Amino acid sequence: MAETTEINSGRQRSWYKRNEIAVTPWLFLAPAILFFAVYVIIPIFQSINISFYDWDGLGEATWVGLDNYVELADDRAFEISFWNNFKWLIFYLLAIPAGLFIALFLNQTVTGIRIYKSLFFFPFVLSQVVVGLVFSWFYLPNEGLLSNFLAWFGVDGVNILGDPTLATYGIIAAGLWPQTAYCMILYLTGLNAVDPEQVEAARLDGAKGWKMLWYVIIPQLKPATFIAFVVTIIGALRSFDLISIMTNGGPFGQTRVLSFYMFEKALSEFGFRMGYGAAIAVVLFLIMLVFIAYFLWSMWKEEKGH
Amino acid sequence: MFPRPIQSASPAAQTAYKTFLPIALILWLLPLIAVAIFSVKPAEDFTSGNYWGAPSSFEMFANYGQVFFNSDMPRYMLNSVLITVPTVFGAVALSAMAGFALGVYRFKSNLLIFFMFVAGNFVPFQILMVPVRDLTLDMGLYNSKTGLVLFHIAFQTGFCTLFMRNFIRQLPFPLIEAARVEGVAEWRIFWYVVLPLMKPALAALAVLIFTFIWNDYFWAVVLTQGPESQPVTAGITSFNAQFRAAYHLMSAGSIVAALPPVLMFFLMQKHFIAGLTLGAVK
Repeated sequence: MAETTEINSGRQRSWYKRNEIAVTPWLFLAPAILFFAVYVIIPIFQSINISFYDWDGLGEATWVGLDNYVELADDRAFEISFWNNFKWLIFYLLAIPAGLFIALFLNQTVTGIRIYKSLFFFPFVLSQVVVGLVFSWFYLPNEGLLSNFLAWFGVDGVNILGDPTLATYGIIAAGLWPQTAYCMILYLTGLNAVDPEQVEAARLDGAKGWKMLWYVIIPQLKPATFIAFVVTIIGALRSFDLISIMTNGGPFGQTRVLSFYMFEKALSEFGFRMGYGAAIAVVLFLIMLVFIAYFLWSMWKEEKGH
Repeated sequence: MFPRPIQSASPAAQTAYKTFLPIALILWLLPLIAVAIFSVKPAEDFTSGNYWGAPSSFEMFANYGQVFFNSDMPRYMLNSVLITVPTVFGAVALSAMAGFALGVYRFKSNLLIFFMFVAGNFVPFQILMVPVRDLTLDMGLYNSKTGLVLFHIAFQTGFCTLFMRNFIRQLPFPLIEAARVEGVAEWRIFWYVVLPLMKPALAALAVLIFTFIWNDYFWAVVLTQGPESQPVTAGITSFNAQFRAAYHLMSAGSIVAALPPVLMFFLMQKHFIAGLTLGAVK
Protein backbone atom coordinates (compact mmCIF):
# COMPACT_ATOMS: atom_id res chain seq x y z
CA MET A 1 0.00 0.00 0.00
CA ALA A 2 1.58 3.18 1.17
CA GLU A 3 4.99 1.62 1.53
CA THR A 4 7.23 2.33 -1.34
CA THR A 5 10.46 0.66 -2.19
CA GLU A 6 12.58 3.72 -1.61
CA ILE A 7 13.85 2.49 1.77
CA ASN A 8 15.24 -0.81 0.58
CA SER A 9 15.64 0.07 -3.02
CA GLY A 10 17.52 -2.56 -4.93
CA ARG A 11 17.62 -5.07 -2.11
CA GLN A 12 14.93 -7.71 -1.61
CA ARG A 13 12.95 -6.78 1.49
CA SER A 14 12.12 -9.41 4.07
CA TRP A 15 8.99 -11.50 3.56
CA TYR A 16 7.33 -9.89 6.55
CA LYS A 17 8.01 -6.38 5.31
CA ARG A 18 6.51 -7.17 1.93
CA ASN A 19 3.38 -8.73 3.39
CA GLU A 20 3.06 -6.54 6.45
CA ILE A 21 -0.45 -5.27 5.73
CA ALA A 22 -1.77 -8.76 5.03
CA VAL A 23 -0.06 -10.53 7.92
CA THR A 24 -0.36 -8.02 10.74
CA PRO A 25 -4.09 -8.43 11.35
CA TRP A 26 -3.66 -12.19 11.75
CA LEU A 27 -0.80 -11.76 14.19
CA PHE A 28 -2.94 -9.40 16.23
CA LEU A 29 -5.93 -11.71 16.05
CA ALA A 30 -4.07 -14.93 16.85
CA PRO A 31 -4.17 -14.86 20.67
CA ALA A 32 -7.82 -13.82 20.85
CA ILE A 33 -8.89 -16.39 18.27
CA LEU A 34 -6.89 -19.10 20.00
CA PHE A 35 -8.46 -18.43 23.40
CA PHE A 36 -11.92 -17.97 21.99
CA ALA A 37 -11.76 -21.11 19.87
CA VAL A 38 -10.47 -23.31 22.69
CA TYR A 39 -12.87 -22.08 25.35
CA VAL A 40 -15.98 -21.04 23.41
CA ILE A 41 -16.27 -22.19 19.81
CA ILE A 42 -14.96 -25.74 20.05
CA PRO A 43 -16.84 -26.52 23.32
CA ILE A 44 -20.12 -25.69 21.57
CA PHE A 45 -19.51 -28.51 19.09
CA GLN A 46 -18.17 -30.80 21.79
CA SER A 47 -21.35 -30.28 23.78
CA ILE A 48 -23.49 -31.09 20.76
CA ASN A 49 -21.44 -34.24 20.34
CA ILE A 50 -21.70 -35.21 24.02
CA SER A 51 -25.47 -34.87 23.84
CA PHE A 52 -25.53 -38.04 21.71
CA TYR A 53 -23.77 -40.05 24.41
CA ASP A 54 -24.58 -41.53 27.76
CA TRP A 55 -21.71 -40.38 29.93
CA ASP A 56 -21.11 -39.89 33.66
CA GLY A 57 -18.12 -37.62 33.08
CA LEU A 58 -15.53 -40.17 34.17
CA GLY A 59 -15.97 -43.60 32.59
CA GLU A 60 -16.51 -44.68 29.02
CA ALA A 61 -19.13 -42.79 27.06
CA THR A 62 -21.63 -44.88 25.14
CA TRP A 63 -23.23 -43.69 21.94
CA VAL A 64 -26.99 -43.49 22.34
CA GLY A 65 -27.95 -41.47 19.29
CA LEU A 66 -31.01 -39.35 19.87
CA ASP A 67 -32.03 -41.19 23.04
CA ASN A 68 -31.31 -38.22 25.28
CA TYR A 69 -33.58 -36.03 23.19
CA VAL A 70 -36.29 -38.67 23.12
CA GLU A 71 -36.10 -38.84 26.89
CA LEU A 72 -36.37 -35.04 27.10
CA ALA A 73 -39.66 -35.13 25.23
CA ASP A 74 -41.22 -37.13 28.07
CA ASP A 75 -39.44 -35.41 30.93
CA ARG A 76 -41.93 -33.47 33.01
CA ALA A 77 -39.15 -31.48 34.72
CA PHE A 78 -37.79 -30.44 31.34
CA GLU A 79 -41.23 -29.29 30.28
CA ILE A 80 -41.60 -27.16 33.41
CA SER A 81 -38.14 -25.67 32.90
CA PHE A 82 -38.94 -24.89 29.30
CA TRP A 83 -42.14 -23.01 30.16
CA ASN A 84 -40.41 -21.21 32.97
CA ASN A 85 -37.82 -20.00 30.49
CA PHE A 86 -40.71 -18.73 28.42
CA LYS A 87 -42.11 -16.83 31.42
CA TRP A 88 -38.67 -15.35 32.05
CA LEU A 89 -38.44 -14.18 28.46
CA ILE A 90 -41.84 -12.50 28.52
CA PHE A 91 -41.78 -10.92 31.95
CA TYR A 92 -38.13 -9.94 31.92
CA LEU A 93 -38.91 -7.70 28.96
CA LEU A 94 -40.93 -5.53 31.35
CA ALA A 95 -37.55 -4.13 32.34
CA ILE A 96 -37.53 -2.18 29.07
CA PRO A 97 -40.71 -0.08 29.56
CA ALA A 98 -39.97 0.17 33.29
CA GLY A 99 -36.48 1.43 32.54
CA LEU A 100 -37.81 3.94 30.05
CA PHE A 101 -40.35 5.14 32.59
CA ILE A 102 -37.75 5.75 35.28
CA ALA A 103 -35.42 7.38 32.74
CA LEU A 104 -38.17 9.81 31.74
CA PHE A 105 -38.85 10.51 35.38
CA LEU A 106 -35.19 11.28 36.07
CA ASN A 107 -34.44 13.17 32.88
CA GLN A 108 -34.53 16.57 34.58
CA THR A 109 -31.97 19.06 35.70
CA VAL A 110 -32.66 19.70 39.35
CA THR A 111 -29.93 19.85 41.97
CA GLY A 112 -28.50 16.49 42.89
CA ILE A 113 -30.10 14.68 39.98
CA ARG A 114 -26.81 13.04 39.03
CA ILE A 115 -26.61 11.37 42.41
CA TYR A 116 -30.19 10.22 42.04
CA LYS A 117 -29.40 8.74 38.67
CA SER A 118 -26.44 6.78 39.97
CA LEU A 119 -28.32 5.57 43.02
CA PHE A 120 -31.18 4.37 40.84
CA PHE A 121 -28.63 2.51 38.78
CA PHE A 122 -27.03 1.01 41.88
CA PRO A 123 -28.84 -2.39 41.88
CA PHE A 124 -27.21 -3.32 38.59
CA VAL A 125 -23.74 -3.23 40.11
CA LEU A 126 -24.64 -5.78 42.76
CA SER A 127 -23.99 -9.41 42.00
CA GLN A 128 -27.05 -11.54 41.36
CA VAL A 129 -26.07 -13.58 44.37
CA VAL A 130 -26.49 -10.57 46.62
CA VAL A 131 -29.71 -9.54 44.85
CA GLY A 132 -31.02 -13.06 45.39
CA LEU A 133 -30.17 -13.03 49.08
CA VAL A 134 -31.66 -9.60 49.60
CA PHE A 135 -34.89 -10.55 47.90
CA SER A 136 -35.21 -13.90 49.62
CA TRP A 137 -35.16 -12.00 52.93
CA PHE A 138 -37.57 -9.47 51.53
CA TYR A 139 -39.93 -12.36 50.69
CA LEU A 140 -39.61 -14.23 54.01
CA PRO A 141 -43.05 -15.67 54.82
CA ASN A 142 -43.66 -14.05 58.22
CA GLU A 143 -40.72 -11.80 58.98
CA GLY A 144 -40.25 -10.47 55.46
CA LEU A 145 -40.89 -6.86 54.59
CA LEU A 146 -43.29 -7.86 51.85
CA SER A 147 -45.51 -10.00 54.04
CA ASN A 148 -45.48 -7.26 56.71
CA PHE A 149 -46.59 -4.84 54.06
CA LEU A 150 -49.31 -7.16 52.77
CA ALA A 151 -50.51 -7.74 56.31
CA TRP A 152 -51.66 -4.10 56.40
CA PHE A 153 -54.09 -5.00 53.68
CA GLY A 154 -55.26 -8.07 55.52
CA VAL A 155 -53.36 -10.53 53.35
CA ASP A 156 -51.59 -12.89 55.69
CA GLY A 157 -48.86 -15.48 55.45
CA VAL A 158 -47.91 -15.04 51.81
CA ASN A 159 -44.90 -17.23 51.15
CA ILE A 160 -43.91 -16.26 47.63
CA LEU A 161 -40.87 -18.49 47.29
CA GLY A 162 -42.62 -21.44 48.91
CA ASP A 163 -45.58 -21.27 46.58
CA PRO A 164 -45.16 -23.42 43.44
CA THR A 165 -47.11 -21.06 41.21
CA LEU A 166 -45.81 -17.76 42.59
CA ALA A 167 -42.16 -18.61 43.16
CA THR A 168 -41.00 -18.12 39.57
CA TYR A 169 -42.67 -14.74 39.38
CA GLY A 170 -41.05 -13.79 42.67
CA ILE A 171 -37.63 -14.60 41.26
CA ILE A 172 -38.34 -12.78 38.00
CA ALA A 173 -39.36 -9.71 40.01
CA ALA A 174 -36.02 -9.87 41.83
CA GLY A 175 -34.26 -10.11 38.47
CA LEU A 176 -36.21 -7.15 37.13
CA TRP A 177 -34.74 -4.92 39.77
CA PRO A 178 -31.17 -4.77 38.38
CA GLN A 179 -32.32 -5.25 34.81
CA THR A 180 -34.63 -2.23 34.98
CA ALA A 181 -31.71 -0.22 36.28
CA TYR A 182 -29.68 -1.29 33.26
CA CYS A 183 -32.41 -0.33 30.80
CA MET A 184 -32.86 2.95 32.62
CA ILE A 185 -29.24 3.92 32.11
CA LEU A 186 -29.44 2.98 28.43
CA TYR A 187 -32.45 5.24 27.99
CA LEU A 188 -30.96 8.07 30.03
CA THR A 189 -27.97 8.12 27.70
CA GLY A 190 -30.32 7.80 24.74
CA LEU A 191 -32.50 10.69 25.90
CA ASN A 192 -29.40 12.86 26.09
CA ALA A 193 -28.90 12.36 22.40
CA VAL A 194 -32.48 13.15 21.36
CA ASP A 195 -32.46 16.01 18.88
CA PRO A 196 -33.87 19.08 20.72
CA GLU A 197 -34.84 20.77 17.47
CA GLN A 198 -37.12 17.94 16.48
CA VAL A 199 -38.73 18.04 19.90
CA GLU A 200 -39.29 21.79 19.60
CA ALA A 201 -40.66 21.43 16.08
CA ALA A 202 -43.07 18.73 17.23
CA ARG A 203 -44.11 20.95 20.14
CA LEU A 204 -44.93 23.77 17.74
CA ASP A 205 -47.06 21.30 15.81
CA GLY A 206 -48.97 20.67 19.00
CA ALA A 207 -47.54 17.28 19.91
CA LYS A 208 -47.18 16.57 23.58
CA GLY A 209 -47.32 13.88 26.21
CA TRP A 210 -47.92 10.39 24.88
CA LYS A 211 -48.06 11.44 21.24
CA MET A 212 -44.72 13.16 21.53
CA LEU A 213 -43.23 10.15 23.30
CA TRP A 214 -44.57 7.64 20.80
CA TYR A 215 -43.99 9.46 17.51
CA VAL A 216 -40.96 11.62 18.22
CA ILE A 217 -38.98 10.33 21.17
CA ILE A 218 -39.20 6.54 20.97
CA PRO A 219 -38.15 6.38 17.30
CA GLN A 220 -35.05 8.35 18.23
CA LEU A 221 -34.32 5.97 21.08
CA LYS A 222 -34.12 3.02 18.73
CA PRO A 223 -30.42 2.24 19.32
CA ALA A 224 -30.97 2.22 23.07
CA THR A 225 -34.04 0.02 22.69
CA PHE A 226 -32.10 -2.43 20.56
CA ILE A 227 -29.36 -2.84 23.15
CA ALA A 228 -31.90 -3.03 25.96
CA PHE A 229 -33.67 -5.78 24.05
CA VAL A 230 -30.44 -7.71 23.43
CA VAL A 231 -29.20 -7.58 27.00
CA THR A 232 -32.61 -8.37 28.46
CA ILE A 233 -33.18 -11.43 26.26
CA ILE A 234 -29.70 -12.71 27.02
CA GLY A 235 -30.21 -12.03 30.71
CA ALA A 236 -33.54 -13.86 30.74
CA LEU A 237 -32.11 -16.96 29.11
CA ARG A 238 -29.02 -16.88 31.33
CA SER A 239 -31.00 -16.73 34.58
CA PHE A 240 -29.27 -19.12 36.89
CA ASP A 241 -27.77 -17.35 39.89
CA LEU A 242 -31.05 -16.02 41.26
CA ILE A 243 -32.78 -19.39 41.03
CA SER A 244 -29.86 -21.19 42.56
CA ILE A 245 -29.69 -18.74 45.48
CA MET A 246 -33.38 -18.09 46.09
CA THR A 247 -35.08 -21.47 45.69
CA ASN A 248 -32.50 -23.90 44.35
CA GLY A 249 -35.10 -24.95 41.80
CA GLY A 250 -37.84 -25.67 44.32
CA PRO A 251 -40.51 -25.86 45.56
CA PHE A 252 -41.00 -29.25 43.87
CA GLY A 253 -38.76 -28.18 41.01
CA GLN A 254 -41.26 -25.56 39.95
CA THR A 255 -38.76 -22.73 39.53
CA ARG A 256 -36.23 -24.59 37.41
CA VAL A 257 -35.27 -23.12 34.06
CA LEU A 258 -33.26 -24.90 31.38
CA SER A 259 -29.94 -23.47 32.50
CA PHE A 260 -30.56 -24.56 36.06
CA TYR A 261 -31.98 -27.97 35.16
CA MET A 262 -28.99 -28.65 32.95
CA PHE A 263 -26.61 -27.88 35.81
CA GLU A 264 -28.63 -30.05 38.16
CA LYS A 265 -28.55 -33.01 35.78
CA ALA A 266 -24.91 -32.75 34.86
CA LEU A 267 -23.16 -31.51 37.96
CA SER A 268 -24.97 -31.85 41.23
CA GLU A 269 -25.73 -34.49 43.80
CA PHE A 270 -28.63 -35.55 41.62
CA GLY A 271 -26.26 -37.24 39.25
CA PHE A 272 -23.57 -36.76 36.71
CA ARG A 273 -25.50 -37.26 33.49
CA MET A 274 -23.28 -35.23 31.19
CA GLY A 275 -24.94 -36.45 28.00
CA TYR A 276 -28.43 -35.65 29.17
CA GLY A 277 -27.29 -32.32 30.54
CA ALA A 278 -25.61 -31.51 27.24
CA ALA A 279 -28.87 -32.29 25.43
CA ILE A 280 -30.69 -29.75 27.62
CA ALA A 281 -27.94 -27.23 26.92
CA VAL A 282 -28.31 -27.82 23.20
CA VAL A 283 -32.03 -27.04 23.39
CA LEU A 284 -31.27 -23.84 25.29
CA PHE A 285 -28.58 -23.01 22.76
CA LEU A 286 -31.01 -23.47 19.87
CA ILE A 287 -33.48 -21.10 21.51
CA MET A 288 -30.71 -18.58 21.96
CA LEU A 289 -29.57 -19.13 18.39
CA VAL A 290 -32.83 -17.68 17.08
CA PHE A 291 -32.09 -14.45 18.91
CA ILE A 292 -28.39 -14.49 18.08
CA ALA A 293 -29.26 -14.82 14.40
CA TYR A 294 -31.60 -11.87 14.67
CA PHE A 295 -29.01 -9.74 16.48
CA LEU A 296 -26.34 -10.57 13.94
CA TRP A 297 -28.70 -9.85 11.09
CA SER A 298 -29.49 -6.42 12.57
CA MET A 299 -25.82 -5.68 13.04
CA TRP A 300 -25.08 -6.83 9.52
CA LYS A 301 -27.69 -4.47 8.08
CA GLU A 302 -26.11 -1.69 10.11
CA GLU A 303 -22.65 -2.57 8.76
CA LYS A 304 -23.92 -2.52 5.19
CA GLY A 305 -25.45 0.88 5.79
CA HIS A 306 -22.05 2.42 6.45
CA MET B 1 -35.49 18.07 25.95
CA PHE B 2 -38.11 15.52 26.79
CA PRO B 3 -39.97 15.43 29.08
CA ARG B 4 -40.46 19.19 29.34
CA PRO B 5 -38.05 20.62 31.95
CA ILE B 6 -39.67 20.78 35.36
CA GLN B 7 -38.47 24.39 35.70
CA SER B 8 -41.14 25.44 33.22
CA ALA B 9 -43.88 23.77 35.27
CA SER B 10 -45.86 25.40 38.05
CA PRO B 11 -44.11 25.90 41.41
CA ALA B 12 -46.45 23.37 42.96
CA ALA B 13 -45.46 20.73 40.41
CA GLN B 14 -41.80 21.55 41.02
CA THR B 15 -42.16 21.05 44.73
CA ALA B 16 -44.09 17.84 44.17
CA TYR B 17 -41.35 16.54 41.91
CA LYS B 18 -38.62 17.43 44.36
CA THR B 19 -40.44 15.76 47.25
CA PHE B 20 -41.30 12.66 45.31
CA LEU B 21 -37.74 12.15 44.07
CA PRO B 22 -36.25 11.03 47.41
CA ILE B 23 -39.35 8.99 48.23
CA ALA B 24 -39.07 7.13 44.95
CA LEU B 25 -35.40 6.50 45.59
CA ILE B 26 -36.04 5.09 49.05
CA LEU B 27 -38.75 2.79 47.67
CA TRP B 28 -36.44 1.70 44.87
CA LEU B 29 -33.58 0.89 47.21
CA LEU B 30 -35.76 -0.42 50.03
CA PRO B 31 -34.49 -4.04 49.92
CA LEU B 32 -30.94 -2.73 50.09
CA ILE B 33 -31.61 -0.27 52.88
CA ALA B 34 -33.17 -3.11 54.82
CA VAL B 35 -30.03 -5.21 54.43
CA ALA B 36 -27.84 -2.30 55.48
CA ILE B 37 -29.93 -1.94 58.63
CA PHE B 38 -29.84 -5.71 59.20
CA SER B 39 -26.08 -5.60 59.14
CA VAL B 40 -25.78 -3.29 62.15
CA LYS B 41 -28.39 -5.03 64.28
CA PRO B 42 -27.54 -7.28 67.21
CA ALA B 43 -28.46 -10.97 67.01
CA GLU B 44 -31.12 -10.55 69.70
CA ASP B 45 -33.22 -8.37 67.41
CA PHE B 46 -33.84 -11.33 65.16
CA THR B 47 -34.64 -13.77 67.92
CA SER B 48 -37.07 -11.29 69.46
CA GLY B 49 -38.74 -10.77 66.08
CA ASN B 50 -37.59 -7.18 65.62
CA TYR B 51 -36.78 -7.63 61.94
CA TRP B 52 -37.83 -4.34 60.48
CA GLY B 53 -37.87 -2.00 63.46
CA ALA B 54 -35.01 0.22 64.51
CA PRO B 55 -31.94 -1.65 65.79
CA SER B 56 -32.02 -2.01 69.57
CA SER B 57 -28.29 -1.32 69.57
CA PHE B 58 -25.68 -0.61 66.92
CA GLU B 59 -23.41 -3.59 66.48
CA MET B 60 -21.64 -2.47 63.36
CA PHE B 61 -18.13 -3.23 64.59
CA ALA B 62 -19.08 -6.54 66.16
CA ASN B 63 -20.87 -7.78 63.04
CA TYR B 64 -18.36 -6.64 60.48
CA GLY B 65 -15.57 -7.76 62.80
CA GLN B 66 -17.02 -11.27 62.72
CA VAL B 67 -17.03 -11.18 58.95
CA PHE B 68 -13.46 -10.02 58.68
CA PHE B 69 -11.81 -11.90 61.51
CA ASN B 70 -13.90 -14.94 62.19
CA SER B 71 -14.77 -16.35 58.78
CA ASP B 72 -13.23 -17.26 55.45
CA MET B 73 -14.50 -14.02 53.98
CA PRO B 74 -11.11 -12.24 53.68
CA ARG B 75 -9.81 -15.31 51.88
CA TYR B 76 -12.69 -15.30 49.42
CA MET B 77 -12.24 -11.58 48.85
CA LEU B 78 -8.55 -12.09 48.11
CA ASN B 79 -9.41 -14.92 45.71
CA SER B 80 -11.88 -12.66 43.94
CA VAL B 81 -9.20 -10.01 43.51
CA LEU B 82 -6.71 -12.56 42.24
CA ILE B 83 -9.25 -13.85 39.73
CA THR B 84 -10.67 -10.53 38.65
CA VAL B 85 -7.55 -8.44 38.14
CA PRO B 86 -5.65 -10.82 35.83
CA THR B 87 -8.83 -11.41 33.86
CA VAL B 88 -9.28 -7.68 33.31
CA PHE B 89 -5.73 -7.32 32.02
CA GLY B 90 -5.90 -10.42 29.88
CA ALA B 91 -9.26 -9.74 28.27
CA VAL B 92 -8.50 -6.08 27.64
CA ALA B 93 -5.11 -6.89 26.11
CA LEU B 94 -6.39 -9.64 23.83
CA SER B 95 -9.38 -7.64 22.68
CA ALA B 96 -7.42 -4.44 22.11
CA MET B 97 -5.28 -6.38 19.65
CA ALA B 98 -8.18 -8.20 18.06
CA GLY B 99 -10.22 -5.01 17.89
CA PHE B 100 -7.31 -3.25 16.19
CA ALA B 101 -7.02 -6.01 13.61
CA LEU B 102 -10.75 -6.03 12.88
CA GLY B 103 -11.20 -2.30 13.01
CA VAL B 104 -8.27 -1.14 10.90
CA TYR B 105 -7.61 -3.79 8.28
CA ARG B 106 -9.81 -4.82 5.41
CA PHE B 107 -9.55 -8.48 4.60
CA LYS B 108 -11.97 -11.10 3.39
CA SER B 109 -13.00 -12.89 6.57
CA ASN B 110 -13.00 -9.73 8.69
CA LEU B 111 -16.74 -9.52 9.25
CA LEU B 112 -17.03 -13.28 9.68
CA ILE B 113 -14.48 -13.35 12.49
CA PHE B 114 -16.06 -10.30 14.08
CA PHE B 115 -19.45 -11.99 14.07
CA MET B 116 -17.90 -15.11 15.53
CA PHE B 117 -16.80 -13.09 18.56
CA VAL B 118 -20.19 -11.40 18.84
CA ALA B 119 -22.17 -14.63 18.53
CA GLY B 120 -19.91 -16.50 20.95
CA ASN B 121 -20.43 -13.78 23.49
CA PHE B 122 -24.18 -14.47 23.50
CA VAL B 123 -24.21 -18.25 23.87
CA PRO B 124 -25.65 -19.75 27.06
CA PHE B 125 -22.97 -20.78 29.55
CA GLN B 126 -24.43 -24.26 29.84
CA ILE B 127 -23.45 -25.24 26.32
CA LEU B 128 -19.83 -24.63 27.32
CA MET B 129 -20.02 -26.09 30.79
CA VAL B 130 -19.21 -29.77 30.31
CA PRO B 131 -16.32 -29.38 27.81
CA VAL B 132 -14.78 -26.42 29.65
CA ARG B 133 -14.90 -28.30 32.92
CA ASP B 134 -13.26 -31.31 31.27
CA LEU B 135 -10.61 -29.18 29.66
CA THR B 136 -9.85 -27.52 32.98
CA LEU B 137 -9.65 -30.92 34.69
CA ASP B 138 -7.33 -32.24 31.97
CA MET B 139 -5.00 -29.29 32.35
CA GLY B 140 -4.89 -29.94 36.08
CA LEU B 141 -6.39 -26.51 36.73
CA TYR B 142 -9.68 -27.61 38.28
CA ASN B 143 -10.26 -25.81 41.56
CA SER B 144 -7.55 -23.27 40.80
CA LYS B 145 -7.76 -19.57 40.21
CA THR B 146 -5.74 -19.94 37.01
CA GLY B 147 -8.34 -22.24 35.49
CA LEU B 148 -11.06 -19.72 36.18
CA VAL B 149 -8.96 -16.81 34.92
CA LEU B 150 -8.16 -18.53 31.62
CA PHE B 151 -11.79 -19.23 30.90
CA HIS B 152 -12.92 -15.74 31.88
CA ILE B 153 -10.30 -14.13 29.67
CA ALA B 154 -11.42 -16.24 26.73
CA PHE B 155 -15.12 -15.61 27.19
CA GLN B 156 -14.87 -11.89 27.93
CA THR B 157 -12.72 -11.44 24.84
CA GLY B 158 -15.89 -11.81 22.78
CA PHE B 159 -17.66 -8.87 24.34
CA CYS B 160 -14.50 -6.77 24.60
CA THR B 161 -13.61 -7.30 20.96
CA LEU B 162 -17.07 -6.15 19.91
CA PHE B 163 -16.58 -3.01 21.94
CA MET B 164 -13.00 -2.30 20.90
CA ARG B 165 -13.59 -2.87 17.21
CA ASN B 166 -16.54 -0.48 17.16
CA PHE B 167 -14.54 2.06 19.07
CA ILE B 168 -11.57 1.85 16.72
CA ARG B 169 -13.87 2.22 13.73
CA GLN B 170 -14.79 5.67 15.02
CA LEU B 171 -11.20 6.86 15.28
CA PRO B 172 -9.93 9.16 12.53
CA PHE B 173 -8.54 6.76 9.94
CA PRO B 174 -6.39 9.39 8.13
CA LEU B 175 -4.19 9.38 11.21
CA ILE B 176 -3.28 5.75 10.58
CA GLU B 177 -2.80 6.39 6.86
CA ALA B 178 -0.50 9.27 7.64
CA ALA B 179 1.60 7.05 9.88
CA ARG B 180 1.81 4.45 7.13
CA VAL B 181 2.96 7.00 4.61
CA GLU B 182 5.69 7.91 7.05
CA GLY B 183 6.75 4.25 6.95
CA VAL B 184 5.85 3.47 10.54
CA ALA B 185 5.67 -0.27 11.18
CA GLU B 186 2.18 -1.62 11.76
CA TRP B 187 2.78 -2.74 15.33
CA ARG B 188 4.15 0.70 16.11
CA ILE B 189 0.99 2.22 14.69
CA PHE B 190 -0.95 0.07 17.14
CA TRP B 191 1.25 0.97 20.07
CA TYR B 192 1.95 4.64 19.45
CA VAL B 193 -1.01 5.85 17.41
CA VAL B 194 -4.08 3.74 18.14
CA LEU B 195 -3.56 2.63 21.72
CA PRO B 196 -3.26 6.15 23.19
CA LEU B 197 -6.51 7.09 21.46
CA MET B 198 -8.19 4.05 22.92
CA LYS B 199 -7.71 5.04 26.54
CA PRO B 200 -11.41 5.77 27.16
CA ALA B 201 -12.37 2.38 25.72
CA LEU B 202 -9.72 0.60 27.76
CA ALA B 203 -10.93 2.27 30.93
CA ALA B 204 -14.59 1.53 30.18
CA LEU B 205 -13.90 -2.13 29.52
CA ALA B 206 -11.64 -2.54 32.52
CA VAL B 207 -14.31 -1.25 34.89
CA LEU B 208 -17.04 -3.26 33.26
CA ILE B 209 -15.13 -6.53 33.13
CA PHE B 210 -14.08 -6.04 36.72
CA THR B 211 -17.73 -5.92 37.72
CA PHE B 212 -18.80 -8.83 35.51
CA ILE B 213 -16.08 -11.12 36.76
CA TRP B 214 -16.37 -10.10 40.38
CA ASN B 215 -20.08 -10.91 40.21
CA ASP B 216 -19.71 -14.20 38.35
CA TYR B 217 -21.27 -17.07 40.21
CA PHE B 218 -21.92 -19.82 37.70
CA TRP B 219 -18.35 -20.47 36.63
CA ALA B 220 -17.10 -20.16 40.17
CA VAL B 221 -19.39 -23.03 41.11
CA VAL B 222 -18.50 -25.09 38.05
CA LEU B 223 -14.73 -24.72 38.16
CA THR B 224 -13.84 -24.32 41.82
CA GLN B 225 -14.75 -25.57 45.26
CA GLY B 226 -13.58 -24.66 48.73
CA PRO B 227 -11.99 -21.56 50.22
CA GLU B 228 -8.56 -22.05 48.56
CA SER B 229 -9.76 -20.78 45.23
CA GLN B 230 -13.44 -19.85 45.32
CA PRO B 231 -14.32 -16.21 44.77
CA VAL B 232 -16.58 -14.34 47.11
CA THR B 233 -19.83 -14.90 45.20
CA ALA B 234 -19.50 -18.64 45.69
CA GLY B 235 -17.97 -18.19 49.12
CA ILE B 236 -20.95 -16.27 50.41
CA THR B 237 -23.09 -19.38 50.17
CA SER B 238 -20.77 -21.33 52.45
CA PHE B 239 -20.49 -18.27 54.63
CA ASN B 240 -24.27 -18.29 54.91
CA ALA B 241 -24.26 -21.99 55.72
CA GLN B 242 -21.79 -21.25 58.52
CA PHE B 243 -23.99 -18.50 59.94
CA ARG B 244 -27.37 -19.98 59.05
CA ALA B 245 -30.24 -17.70 60.02
CA ALA B 246 -27.82 -15.17 61.52
CA TYR B 247 -29.23 -12.40 59.37
CA HIS B 248 -27.05 -9.69 60.83
CA LEU B 249 -23.89 -11.55 59.81
CA MET B 250 -25.19 -12.69 56.45
CA SER B 251 -26.14 -9.10 55.68
CA ALA B 252 -22.76 -7.79 56.72
CA GLY B 253 -21.11 -10.50 54.61
CA SER B 254 -23.21 -9.65 51.57
CA ILE B 255 -22.41 -5.98 51.88
CA VAL B 256 -18.69 -6.69 52.12
CA ALA B 257 -18.90 -8.99 49.10
CA ALA B 258 -20.76 -6.40 47.05
CA LEU B 259 -18.57 -3.46 47.95
CA PRO B 260 -15.67 -3.58 45.46
CA PRO B 261 -17.78 -3.33 42.29
CA VAL B 262 -19.91 -0.68 43.94
CA LEU B 263 -16.84 1.40 44.73
CA MET B 264 -15.57 0.81 41.21
CA PHE B 265 -18.83 2.07 39.81
CA PHE B 266 -19.01 5.21 41.89
CA LEU B 267 -15.37 6.09 41.24
CA MET B 268 -15.43 5.40 37.51
CA GLN B 269 -19.03 6.15 36.70
CA LYS B 270 -18.47 7.84 33.38
CA HIS B 271 -16.40 5.00 31.98
CA PHE B 272 -18.73 2.42 33.38
CA ILE B 273 -21.75 3.85 31.62
CA ALA B 274 -19.86 4.31 28.38
CA GLY B 275 -19.07 0.61 28.53
CA LEU B 276 -22.60 -0.49 29.30
CA THR B 277 -24.11 1.33 26.40
CA LEU B 278 -21.60 -0.53 24.21
CA GLY B 279 -20.52 2.84 22.93
CA ALA B 280 -23.50 2.62 20.59
CA VAL B 281 -25.65 5.15 22.42
CA LYS B 282 -24.00 8.47 23.03
